[in-house]
Amino acid sequence: MARKHRIPLPALAVASLVLVTLALVLVFFVAPNDADQGFSQRIFYFHVSIAFTSYLCFGAGAWKALRHLWKRDPAADLESYVAVHQGVIFGSLVLLTGSIWAKISWGHWWLWSENQLVLFLVLFLFYAAYFMLRFSVDPGPQRANLSAVYALFGVVLVPVSFMAIRLAQHFIHPVVFTRHGAAFGGWILATYLVAQFAVILLAYTLYRVELAGKLLDLRIRALRLA
Amino acid sequence: MSYLSDVRALARKDLLLELRARDTLPAMLLFVVAVFVVFHFSLPEGSSDVAASGLLWVAIVFTALLALGRAFVPEREQRVLDALVLSPADRSAIWLAKSIATFAFLAAAEVVALPLFALFFHGLSGQAIAGVALADVGICAVGTFVGATAVATRARELLLPLLFLPLAIPLIIGGVGASVVADPGRYLGFLALYDLLFGLLCWAAFEYVVVE
Repeated sequence: MARKHRIPLPALAVASLVLVTLALVLVFFVAPNDADQGFSQRIFYFHVSIAFTSYLCFGAGAWKALRHLWKRDPAADLESYVAVHQGVIFGSLVLLTGSIWAKISWGHWWLWSENQLVLFLVLFLFYAAYFMLRFSVDPGPQRANLSAVYALFGVVLVPVSFMAIRLAQHFIHPVVFTRHGAAFGGWILATYLVAQFAVILLAYTLYRVELAGKLLDLRIRALRLA
Repeated sequence: MSYLSDVRALARKDLLLELRARDTLPAMLLFVVAVFVVFHFSLPEGSSDVAASGLLWVAIVFTALLALGRAFVPEREQRVLDALVLSPADRSAIWLAKSIATFAFLAAAEVVALPLFALFFHGLSGQAIAGVALADVGICAVGTFVGATAVATRARELLLPLLFLPLAIPLIIGGVGASVVADPGRYLGFLALYDLLFGLLCWAAFEYVVVE
């Protein structure tokens, strides 16, 4: 089941630790204060990186789901599930960081005019139902198929919901907040890129850890039955 | 048998079953009237017509959920689904026929519900009715698909709204937009796009849901 030629887990763990630390240092000590929002704007580096990573996880989950349905790749079902699981964890962090940012910038914990937050709420509901679905079917090909099809629905739902929520602005909230006061360049860009890469690597490491644990589980169960 | 005649035979079976047993449609009609009465008392005096238009969409989605929850019950109770999967018919024909039958029930319920809404609350414009028609297609296509998914699980009826509502949110946005703005073109276009995208996806993916 385990694939060869993969980066070993300890190396991944060390690399993500180093990168996340570096990103924290850059975010708190090197990147300049935002002219408009001041210190609190620094949460942007993590909020946006986490959101992007979350999309990547959902995309990876759908890709593995497609591999399962199309190529009947035996490892793909579990990989798809683990990727979606990481996506939901990072998606919850998007809601959390976005909510904190909204409170500090605009004085409310929740703003329906923030497209990104609303979209993540819809996605959170959608993928929470994915787990309900998955754990309501006995393990086997039927569960793998249903989960895979549902994960594929997710990648269609993301752009469709994104469009819909933008359309909804026109009749629900005509005012759109602008997010960036300052130009996007220099240290800001460098810090963002490091933070982005750090979060992606962290997500990949967590994905590999969870996958290794799940595979070990399966092997122990198989040995016990043997 | 060609694909279309399979679909026709399957849809005819569902419609005949409903005509003889009258399980679903009367329940939908009673439900939607009850919901309108609930809405009347939930809207405080002086609420705008726009608020009532929004609530119409809540009524439509929940009435549809009632029909979708019942859609695969006969198949499950009589183990018809196993026989259908064994038959030489293409599996997507099962989805298409069931969607058409559900659409017929929902449209029949709305033929009564929409005039009643106009009587109780306020008149409906042509653009709102166009929005309802387009959204019905998406509701039935996606709803039938997740309905078939839900009956394959242990949780069954419990799971259907959880799977369906997040997928229906774009439809509600498009539908409410088409009913309340002056220029509904892009909302109707969006609904048509949703129908097309999810219709194709359901059609292509259905065979994986009923494999046994």
